[in-house]
Amino acid sequence: MNLLMALPILVPFLTAGLGLLTRRHLAIQRRISFVGTAFLLYSSVLLLKEILAGGIQVLQLGSWPAPYGITFVADILSGTMVVITGLIGLASVTYSLQTIDRERQAFGYYPVTLLLLFGVNGAFLTGDIFNLYVWFEVLLISSFVLLSMGRSRSQIAGTVPYVVMNLLGSMLFLIAVGLLYGNTGSLNFAHLSLKLSDPTLAAVAQPISLLLLGAFGLKAAIFPLFFWLPASYPAPPVAVSALFAGLLTKVGVYALIRTFTLLFPVPLGEPNQLLISISGLTMITGVLGAVAQNEFRRVLSFHIVSQIGYMTMGLALNTRLGIAASFFYIVHHIIVKTNLFFVSGVIQLGGSFRLQQLGGSYRSSPFLSLLFLISAFSLAGLPPLSGFWGKFLLAQAGLESGQFAIVGISLLVGLLTTLSMTKIWNEVFWKDAPSKVSTKGLNTTQQLYLLVPITVLALITVVIGLFTEPFSSIALRAADELIEKQAYVKLVLQNTGGANP
Amino acid sequence: MEAFLALIIGSLFAIGLYLVLQAHLVKLIFGVSILSNATNLLIFASGRMTRGTPPLIPQNAANLTTSFANPLPEALILTAIVISFGLLAFLVALTYRTHRDLKSLNPDVITHESEPESVL
Repeated sequence: MNLLMALPILVPFLTAGLGLLTRRHLAIQRRISFVGTAFLLYSSVLLLKEILAGGIQVLQLGSWPAPYGITFVADILSGTMVVITGLIGLASVTYSLQTIDRERQAFGYYPVTLLLLFGVNGAFLTGDIFNLYVWFEVLLISSFVLLSMGRSRSQIAGTVPYVVMNLLGSMLFLIAVGLLYGNTGSLNFAHLSLKLSDPTLAAVAQPISLLLLGAFGLKAAIFPLFFWLPASYPAPPVAVSALFAGLLTKVGVYALIRTFTLLFPVPLGEPNQLLISISGLTMITGVLGAVAQNEFRRVLSFHIVSQIGYMTMGLALNTRLGIAASFFYIVHHIIVKTNLFFVSGVIQLGGSFRLQQLGGSYRSSPFLSLLFLISAFSLAGLPPLSGFWGKFLLAQAGLESGQFAIVGISLLVGLLTTLSMTKIWNEVFWKDAPSKVSTKGLNTTQQLYLLVPITVLALITVVIGLFTEPFSSIALRAADELIEKQAYVKLVLQNTGGANP
Repeated sequence: MEAFLALIIGSLFAIGLYLVLQAHLVKLIFGVSILSNATNLLIFASGRMTRGTPPLIPQNAANLTTSFANPLPEALILTAIVISFGLLAFLVALTYRTHRDLKSLNPDVITHESEPESVL
């Protein structure tokens, strides 16, 4: 049994259990959660190293051969996502240590956060579509609790659309799973991939793939299914917003990439026109929504929607470079977006998220301003930061496959992103403060807990920007693995005994 | 049997969707529970219908030789029922809190409340 593969799932689960046992001793619970997420990051880095050195890793739980047993598969895409989950989890828990109130902690804030990470990692590592549904539910119910935990009216109002839309999305997903099982008799990704390559199933594969596009698209917040996101993400505490902004929609994008490369592949180089139009509309509506907003976290939430369009664009182009660009963009986006939410939290200590009521932050905290600038410029795609390379790879992939319209849209949206980031810069950092805003209200230790994660994440986007080569070569390798799906299928189904392909 | 079940599933989906589209959270709860039952029936039907052939191996035989009812959809449905029960319970509790705190069950009124205040 490959223990290393089980660790990213077991560690957050066991840590959450320990957290529940120590729920009457919050100081101990906090330490356990911090150490647990740190160990989670460490074990997922080990797993990624193992994948990069030894190829795709497979774990059959209970020693039942695929496609009957519970399969976990880790390729470069999954491995990288797990590492990012560990990183964002650790950053968010560190940030929470100073910002989450006692009441939320007493309600089990840390164990629920760890259960969320448990669900996210399970979704990234599973090799079975019904298990993917179950992992989705694990992370959803944890996110429901994190969203609604607290007393404010806006939190309740934000949770209702989030819960309802996600319930309906899960139902679409379950319908698609039922239809897939009815038509192929299998639920294992690798086995399904083999079965669906049968041309007689093409007629049923088409509607099922659309159902899955709807289900995962809803969770990823693509056009026109995104409106729950800006309503709910600004409501909870910043540490929760940042965690959601980084990870949750990206699980949807991951599921889209997995299904559309493994289950319903079209010949390489043939663009998915439907997904291309959706990507373009997602980018435009998201960024226009952001430009119209006047509240820090709402601006950022609309930008999440807009950026999802870039991630699906690479997948829609359906070329090696396109998929690699999507992969690169997801990694970049998770880091940058989480960081911007963290910055908004520090600014909010001055009393508000509303842009009109803020100001003068550049004078009072120049270091924080620098960190904001790095992340904001990276989001907008200015060189030499990671966002530039993400957009560059996408544009190159788009031009190579002759999709000039979507490349034009993506560049225009980049410009509008800069505009909206400039608005935040002018209002929050540059203009004179109506009320003084600074991090000086905190003592040095408290500042450290907030600024260390922000600084580390900002450094990562700079490093990815300056030393892009190793990262983009990993992205290309991940794309190769996704395209050459025979290797994945063969590894999972080897020693299958009774399974007839 | 399949045709009959298909009709039932279709009607349940129609009823559920109609209820979900009403501007009232309690109707939405009923709609969601009907929709999840329709989904469970769909999974059940996708496992093919058989009558009176349980998947039990006779005591003196090594394996089953005749055709038998597929037990896997039942396992899937059982999981789905447990999950949807949990989610439904959460939705009911959330609806209660919405009613208590926001004094409304109309989604349009509720979303107007999502203007954020300063929470950290």
